[in-house]
Amino acid sequence: MYGLKSDVALDLPSKYYSLEGYEKGVARWCPGCGDHAVLTNMQKLLREKQLDPAKTVFVSGIGCSSRFPHYMNTYGFHGLHGRAFPVAEGVKFRRPDLDVFVVTGDGDCCSIGAGAWIHAIRYNMNMTVLLLNNEIYGLTKKQASPTSRIGTVSNTTPDGSILPPLSPVQTTLGVANASFVAQTADWNPAHMYETIKAAYEHKGFSFVHIIQRCPIFQGALVDEQVSNKDAMVYLENENGITVSEEIAKTFKNKFNHNPSDLSEARNLAMDTEKVHMGLFYQDKNAPCYDDYGASNLGYTVEQKEEALNKELDKYAI
Amino acid sequence: MSDSTETKEMPATKNSKAIKIDEHIVEIVSDSGEGAQKCGVSFAAISAKMGNGVWTVEIIPAEIQPPARSRAGASGIRIRIGTKEITNSGNEADLVIALNEQVPYGRIDQKAYKEGTVMLLESKWATDASDVIQNKYAEALADFKSRGYNVIEIPMEVECLKIVKNARKGKNMFVLGMLCYIYNRGIDKGETQIKNIFRKKSDAIINSNIELLNAGYQWASINLDFQYDIPVVNSGRDMVVMNGNEAIGLGVLASGMEVCSMYPITPATSASHLLADVFKNSGGLVHQAEDEIAAVGFAIGSSYAGKTAVTITSGPGMALKTEFLGLATMAEIPLVVINVQRGGPSTGLPTKVEQGDLLSTLYGQPGDAPKIVMATSTIEECFQFVILARKLAESFRTPVYILTDANLATGQQPFPRPKIKKDWFAPPIDQSLWKGDVRPYEWDDTTGMSKRPIPGQPGGQHTLTGLAHTKEAHVSYNPDENQESSELRSRKFASFQKTLKPPTINGADKGDLLIVGWGSTLGAIEEAVGIAQKEGIKVSSIHLRFLSPLEPGLKEIFQNFKNVMTIEINYSDNNENPQFSESNKRYSQLSWILRARTLVDVDCYSNVEGQPLSPKRILGVIKKKINT
Ligand SMILES: Cc1ncc(C[n+]2csc(CCOP(=O)(O)OP(=O)(O)O)c2C)c(N)n1
Ligand SMILES: [Mg+2]
Repeated sequence: MYGLKSDVALDLPSKYYSLEGYEKGVARWCPGCGDHAVLTNMQKLLREKQLDPAKTVFVSGIGCSSRFPHYMNTYGFHGLHGRAFPVAEGVKFRRPDLDVFVVTGDGDCCSIGAGAWIHAIRYNMNMTVLLLNNEIYGLTKKQASPTSRIGTVSNTTPDGSILPPLSPVQTTLGVANASFVAQTADWNPAHMYETIKAAYEHKGFSFVHIIQRCPIFQGALVDEQVSNKDAMVYLENENGITVSEEIAKTFKNKFNHNPSDLSEARNLAMDTEKVHMGLFYQDKNAPCYDDYGASNLGYTVEQKEEALNKELDKYAI
Repeated sequence: MSDSTETKEMPATKNSKAIKIDEHIVEIVSDSGEGAQKCGVSFAAISAKMGNGVWTVEIIPAEIQPPARSRAGASGIRIRIGTKEITNSGNEADLVIALNEQVPYGRIDQKAYKEGTVMLLESKWATDASDVIQNKYAEALADFKSRGYNVIEIPMEVECLKIVKNARKGKNMFVLGMLCYIYNRGIDKGETQIKNIFRKKSDAIINSNIELLNAGYQWASINLDFQYDIPVVNSGRDMVVMNGNEAIGLGVLASGMEVCSMYPITPATSASHLLADVFKNSGGLVHQAEDEIAAVGFAIGSSYAGKTAVTITSGPGMALKTEFLGLATMAEIPLVVINVQRGGPSTGLPTKVEQGDLLSTLYGQPGDAPKIVMATSTIEECFQFVILARKLAESFRTPVYILTDANLATGQQPFPRPKIKKDWFAPPIDQSLWKGDVRPYEWDDTTGMSKRPIPGQPGGQHTLTGLAHTKEAHVSYNPDENQESSELRSRKFASFQKTLKPPTINGADKGDLLIVGWGSTLGAIEEAVGIAQKEGIKVSSIHLRFLSPLEPGLKEIFQNFKNVMTIEINYSDNNENPQFSESNKRYSQLSWILRARTLVDVDCYSNVEGQPLSPKRILGVIKKKINT
């Protein structure tokens, strides 16, 4: 299967994985940090999908949010600041049998990792990406990030930051071959759950922007975000992300957006007054670079030997 | 005509028997696009097939689109052929074919010619429509003669136009015909070669090229009054001929690796070009990443997931990969890193040779980042070392670096056809059950080695991290744990070093001078040392393949020589020049390492002229050292 030799693919007796089966250790994030909710939801998703922990890989960069893989009982790669994407791509390239998740922060993805991010969108490899955006550098203790809004007072911008924030959703929608772009928030776990589930089910680079609270360094912002119910807009559509009626009712504003409409998606992403929750854009037919990666798996030693001999013939004298 | 006294350089009189010589250096120089390299490679292949030793090196113009007929545009090839094995590109050329009178100046700048060099010069420029060109031609001709070159003007264009409409596209085969005559190669050999190189082309093209070949041969036999004979010794072995980058590409195939993740950079790119072409039909793929950081990150991801990958680059790319390379050491991820070195720092000399990345390879990462570093010194080693590198990377759970350089990248040399072994190819990814009680970094106290769980192995789940970590792969800030894990990561290389043999000594094991080299200078050093030994100088040499960990027994070897010096192609201060003295001299890169390792006062000769070191230059260095 998947080009792996049959004699190495181990047949495990079918086994039910409980929630505990995906948990590892006690998360060391601050109390009230939005990352906790994402972790819990992710463990639930893996249980619902009954993913084999041995065949699941979480790749992250560096930051508070990038500690995520340490709390999952799967394989994890907690690598370098800003460099989660290339590693995840390399993992997936010749291993279509692995489920790959990327967890990254706003500094990790949108600042130091911006180049790799743009290209990861374009490669459109089958992986689920969670950008945990607290609009601040958490781990290094409160520096403005590219997503911090104008006027953010931080240790490197004591007089308030002066540049407009970069919108991760808008940026992703601007890149060729974007195939799944959604937005959710950590304080609406039910919506977040449906969003990451839809992301996991999409084949391609599923980008989920999670607005995430940092009570320590962005305390004021947290209150504003959570309490400002006027700003939140639920994107509803039969092809979008659907939450239970109960949850849908909690949204004051709703907007019917067809996720195949890229230019409307872009307009919504540029709206700085409103926060749209749900699926901005999906293209199920965008080419995936991992199809290329898996295009010639499983050559035998004999085939490789023959190919090498053929090449050597060309240089024979 | 020069009045050189070396009989070897004197053309024989017409119809006399060909002059017997041991070896010759031929250059073909032209504007780029005139097919000089195709001609030279064919001539080299014909010679190698007959049983001559051969080394070819491309002459690469300094710019991509240099103006026609310019010094900067000198493009072409040098072919050194001899009765015995040829290991380097040699000293000055013996015979030059120049398709215009300006390109030789690009080579004269590099001291490639000498008094007595025979120069066969395209004469069409003498009657060019432009006065300016006519004058330039006349000036150059006079200048070449005054430099003592033995210039013979040849109407190549005129002769070719008798056969083809566009002589620019065919003159190279006319030249090949001339070379076949001059070096007694037999016209049939040339014809076979043409049929081979144009095998994908139409009969019409093949025939017109054969016609051109014959025309060149005929013209030379009627008009030239000399011929050379370089006797052949047939080894009777199956041989292949290729350049260093091709050898690396094929080495990757042979190593069983399936992923090459790279970003284009001269002079490394051609290895990936070859792979892009042939990899897909042998179960591998090239990934061209968005930059070198992503390229190595991708390779590391692939390796981590069980497919040990290679990343191929040159100096500036190495600089960008640094942080990830530290991660590979820290998290103990197998990886093969190939650095085809060029001149540095910064963008430096992109197409020229330098051995300037040794120290940055060894010490480029923050903190202590031990690793295995090898350097190839022949084309054959470019092939073999890649196979070895993957094995070492996986056995020792480490990045393995191969340093080659621009000289090997484009240098061509025949070597015995590799006998393929099945165990070169990587086994399938281990997906067996991971033994529950074995931790992901279960370092062996004695050897420092450990086995790694690969994604997909049930029970092996852990989160790898670049942070300091315990045997469980847990992040650790504990002072003892960091000290211990650092020591264990170092210990595995000490264990590996115990398996290495001391280098073999070329020459006597005691004497007045020991030369120490590494990388592409092997052939030139041994040739120079051989000449010096014949002259009675008590000099020997060793050539290192493993730079980290360093091969054992060096101090013991050094102690038997009055002087030890390295010869390298990288920068060092010369104490004869202002401000430099023993208290501030910056030594060449290998000599720093050897001084620290052995506490022997190892001297050095090195330069950054961007040229392969010639045996003559090295001989001069040896004599100077012996006499001081
Ligand atoms: C090359 C490099 N530069 C800088 C750092 C320091 N650093 C670690 S995390 C971080 C920012 C993290 O911010 P973000 O990605 O938003 O994650 P958060 O902590 O907010 O979750 C920085 C600058 C580093 N580890 N590596
Ligand atoms: Mg952040």
